[in-house]
Amino acid sequence: MRTKEPRPRSFYALAAFFALFVVFLYGPIITIAILSFQGPQGGLTFPMNGVSLHWFFDLFEKQAVGDIWGAFRRSLALGLMVMLVTVVLSVMGGLAFRRRFLGAGALFYLIIASLIIPSILISLGVGLIFNILDWEVHWTTSGFGAQLTWTLPFGLLIMFAVFNRFNKAYEEAARDLGATPWQTVRFVVLPIIGPSLIGVALFGFTLSYDEFARTLLTAGSYNTLPLEIFGMTTNVTSPVLYALGTMTTVFSFAIIAGFIALAVVLRRRRAKQGSDAGRGMV
Amino acid sequence: MREEERPSGAITPGGRSATGNPRMTLKGLISASERTSWLLLSPLVLILAFFLVLPILTIAVVSFWNYNEFTFYPDFVFDNYFYLLTSQVTLATYLKTLKFMVLTWIFCTAIGFTVAYFLAFHVRSLGAQIALFLLCTIPFWTSNIIRMISWIPFLGRNGLANSALISLGIIDEPLEWLLFSDFAVVLAFVHLYVLFMVVPVFNTMMRIDKSLIEAARDAGANGLQILTNVVIPLSKPGIMIGSIFIVTLVMGDFITVRFMSGGQSASVGRVISNEIALLQYPAAAASAVVLLATVLLMIAVMMRFVDIRKEL
Repeated sequence: MRTKEPRPRSFYALAAFFALFVVFLYGPIITIAILSFQGPQGGLTFPMNGVSLHWFFDLFEKQAVGDIWGAFRRSLALGLMVMLVTVVLSVMGGLAFRRRFLGAGALFYLIIASLIIPSILISLGVGLIFNILDWEVHWTTSGFGAQLTWTLPFGLLIMFAVFNRFNKAYEEAARDLGATPWQTVRFVVLPIIGPSLIGVALFGFTLSYDEFARTLLTAGSYNTLPLEIFGMTTNVTSPVLYALGTMTTVFSFAIIAGFIALAVVLRRRRAKQGSDAGRGMV
Repeated sequence: MREEERPSGAITPGGRSATGNPRMTLKGLISASERTSWLLLSPLVLILAFFLVLPILTIAVVSFWNYNEFTFYPDFVFDNYFYLLTSQVTLATYLKTLKFMVLTWIFCTAIGFTVAYFLAFHVRSLGAQIALFLLCTIPFWTSNIIRMISWIPFLGRNGLANSALISLGIIDEPLEWLLFSDFAVVLAFVHLYVLFMVVPVFNTMMRIDKSLIEAARDAGANGLQILTNVVIPLSKPGIMIGSIFIVTLVMGDFITVRFMSGGQSASVGRVISNEIALLQYPAAAASAVVLLATVLLMIAVMMRFVDIRKEL
């Protein structure tokens, strides 16, 4: 296919830089993953004082870590809620923005504003509204809405990028064959953009699952996992903190791997079934 | 953003002719297709109205309210702004936050550009590009707080960095300024936010027509000249988008500064979060309004150099 041009010298320097960058990104998290296996007498830094699962067992004892499992369940539920709403509204928004309409420019800048407004302002503002109206802040209401202001812009920008590259000829073909607008969306548009929706879902879930600043004043008396972990940093000084960090990072990695695998499978299936060119030939 | 309608003459569903002239309904100026668009967008608009626009307006209103030790109440006073704008602490805090921002921006831009450049121009197969790009992106989807905590064993007094430096004979005593210092704050910022520079710059670079680079080479440009005269100018929109992210993320941050400085450094976000903790909501609201104005001003300047819609 390609003639093997020799690599320029700058390639090796840049490759080394890139390798260092990857070490910089992953090194710290690998360090705490190792340290979470500290022996029962071990501390927050090296050397390892034996190897054990002691700190992982501690995660299941309430006096050591507080209500982390409750917080985990809430974060999981909230992440799924945010993911679902983000995917649905991003697709609807992406479809709507393909046509010119009055107010499109203003709405676009509102979406961008949602992304770049400092998170603490959303937290403070939503907290104030609930305070003034004398409503109770709760992670399913105020926390949910505050997180959507962070995940929706990501989902919408992905959908805008997807529809910018979308070949309208497919829809025109469907319409020419007599498909209704709904059939066109259901059987032509959605299958084509399917793999990108996995990306939107991944953003929706992970950004919500790890969100801190926007949830701080809007979660109410029941903490989400990041809030619980931050609370622990001020009073827990044992490797149980690392064990928790390792567990939730492994969980995040599993979720990411699952989403990526799903996207790859969808893409393969689409590539296989997408065209019947050459099949009907003698 | 949107493509031109194709001039085919066929009537498309939605009461709209394909020549681009929306058929007006009796109800007025809004065409049927516009109504469909707004219908599709209505849940989004409601969410943004209640959780984005209304909170900002509330903050603006509350910043003129008054408060005592127990509660805050409607009023129309300028005291909150007066205290804020005449205090020496405010100026010092803003200067400190700007210092964090500038340092973070410099490192993120230098590192982000180099990484994106390597991925876009030196990795030859698309599969490898995607795999390496994902490798860079994955940490972005994990918890920021865990990623901050994970610097402790590395930077601490008995951490890996100090042990390594001592065993190499470079220092005799552990460095105290590695963890819980301004250095740690900037390091954590770069660690957390460099992805926000890599992604848009990589995106822009992937759209650079490779024949432009060949043309430059044919015209006798060397590698450095190609970089400074072709690649950097064409990557500017991506750099600008990354910069906007980094400016807003650092300016509004309160958690990284608090954690990584061990509570010793101030930042604008921390001032707001402290005022919230003391239940001085009107004061916090005034600080938030000034912060928002500062951030929007910076972004307005940067937006002059880039059209975000073209970059999607």
